[in-house]
Amino acid sequence: MSLAEQPKTGIDSAGGISRRQGWGLFWLLVAALLAWLVFATWPAWLNDILISKKAFISAILNGITLAGLYFLVASGFTLVFGLMRNVNLAHGSLFLLGAYLGYAVTQWTGNWLVGVVASFLILAVIGVLMQMIVFRRLEGDDLRQTLVTIGISILAADLMLAVWGGQTYQLETPDWLSGAITLPVITAVRSNGASVFLTYPFYRLVVLAAAIVVGVGLWLMLNRTRVGMMIRAGVDDRAMLSASGVNVHLVFAAVFAIGAGLAGFAGVVGGSALSIAPGEDIRYLLASLVVVIVGGMGSIPGAAIGALLIGLAEQIGLVYFPTYGVVLTFVIMVVTLAIRPQGIMGKSL
Amino acid sequence: MTSLAHSEQEATATSWFERVGAGNWLIAAALILYPAVASDFFLTQIGGYSLIFGTLALSLMMLAGYGGMVSLAQITVAGVAGYAVAIFGENSSNVLGFGWPWWLVVPWAVLLAAVASALIGWISVRTEGIYTIMITLAIATASFYFAQQNYSIFNGFSGFAGIRAPQFLGVNWRDPLPFYYLCLGVAVVAYAAVLYGARSTFGLTLQATRDNPRRMRAIGYNVTAHKVFAWFLAGIVAGFAGVLLVWFNGRISPGTIGVGPAINVLIIAVIGGMRHPIGPYLGAVVVVLMQTFAIDIVGAERFNTLIGLVFLAIVFFSPDGILGIWAKIKPHLAQKAMRPDG
Repeated sequence: MSLAEQPKTGIDSAGGISRRQGWGLFWLLVAALLAWLVFATWPAWLNDILISKKAFISAILNGITLAGLYFLVASGFTLVFGLMRNVNLAHGSLFLLGAYLGYAVTQWTGNWLVGVVASFLILAVIGVLMQMIVFRRLEGDDLRQTLVTIGISILAADLMLAVWGGQTYQLETPDWLSGAITLPVITAVRSNGASVFLTYPFYRLVVLAAAIVVGVGLWLMLNRTRVGMMIRAGVDDRAMLSASGVNVHLVFAAVFAIGAGLAGFAGVVGGSALSIAPGEDIRYLLASLVVVIVGGMGSIPGAAIGALLIGLAEQIGLVYFPTYGVVLTFVIMVVTLAIRPQGIMGKSL
Repeated sequence: MTSLAHSEQEATATSWFERVGAGNWLIAAALILYPAVASDFFLTQIGGYSLIFGTLALSLMMLAGYGGMVSLAQITVAGVAGYAVAIFGENSSNVLGFGWPWWLVVPWAVLLAAVASALIGWISVRTEGIYTIMITLAIATASFYFAQQNYSIFNGFSGFAGIRAPQFLGVNWRDPLPFYYLCLGVAVVAYAAVLYGARSTFGLTLQATRDNPRRMRAIGYNVTAHKVFAWFLAGIVAGFAGVLLVWFNGRISPGTIGVGPAINVLIIAVIGGMRHPIGPYLGAVVVVLMQTFAIDIVGAERFNTLIGLVFLAIVFFSPDGILGIWAKIKPHLAQKAMRPDG
């Protein structure tokens, strides 16, 4: 993970092994320790410290799957920010709108997948409209663009409250995604010698898989396609990209469409895993903000690392120090800003 | 003409202050005489409340207007002071409440708020420009969730109730009239201090830092220290507003420092205008009046739609808020007066 921070040379071998090999060894040990934690039957003292193996492994799994959801939300946010220097504080509203639309479409058609696709497409169109109607007019004025997104989020929250009311909705996942699966992880051994295996909701693992697919897809698009090349060029030097004959507005609109669409997609996926209610927009906006601040603005791998850190911190905090859980998230943010103001994977400011 | 319509560098306090000296006195007289015509409702719910939120937005205006740092965490700073009053003073929630006397609690609460503000500033000035708004929003939201989750210090969701303005000098400051004058006094002192501070060496240095941090750094100024100190000063102003707010409400809960109120403070400052310290107070009066009376027109449920639309309109058409509109209209009025046909 943090290998990217290390100098690429690794020749400065001091005591037989190079720095790079040293780090490799370190990560290998960490991986071995994790593997032992997951697969071994825990001795009593470890159970005493960490409540129980079941609680610990569940917290880790919940953290990782929550991280998947956070990544889905934050990747769109960071993509838009990286290219346009536009802090879209209405991103949480896009997420919530996506969830509500997904719910409505799913109820109407009876097909969950249609809901997912429709939500992505509708939000992508809304994203393009926002770019064309609002942001293009305020180009180059970061602060006003951000203020406008605040205004939009207030409006959106109120209008969504008017349409869908204050109650909590729960999207129903299709049968083939529901249920629990048994993982090959022994949580305890009964007195008669039978092992108790850990069961986990299948859908949450699907969320994680979706996040990985989206992440890899975004990475491939950014690094292996022509459009991605234009986007990366725009991140580095917008004026130069425009001067070399690329229609920058088109690229911006495309990125905004992807960003908003991903928020809608995450809305349906997240609304199925958890639930949707007014106020969730702010929760996911906070998550995106912190993930992006920690991971580095405009970086997709950064968003993945940030999401993983925040998701794990939130779930572990929830289990082990319930009333101070938020503080852990907060500390991660502050420490990151103190050591690396631009975020873990961010480019220097 | 005032220099308000011209570039920011010229729009420092000097010319404006000299020209509108008379205007300032007029406003002061009107505000002092306001209780003579106002009912108790207008005195506290409109007058006092506007002054409190105006002062809070003034602390944002200091940072944004002079320092170029737009903060969304001002309500969090005020909340620190408010919670400090509840925790160290008296409350009726049977949680903590050390019962310190008011003359100890108030300075202590304001100091805590100022230190908290300086810390927030120290975290956010490490990055620049647009990042500040993100980081302060994250801090404000995280503080809200923390206050809501934590029961041992912040008494969780319900917060603290039964917090009262003290009685001293033979005056019960809880009553509408004294409380209004208390708010007015704090607001006037804060307003004058900001006007004076803007023309002080520190104020000018801060404005220079806003305009060109690299040059200031090259000249040898410690840019970070100046900005953090500005946050500290803004924290004092916000802290006083927080103390007044908790006395006004009589209670404080996570809802008081939530994201909605945090954004409200920014809305007030933006609607009023962030070029001059009078802006936040104008904005506060407009927003509070809207909050009170627009409900009759659009209904309580759709109030946020209205405020969102007004906010969007201001951001789109008059980035300097009401002050900007005034700066645009004033030359026309002056020209009209000079024409023979009036």
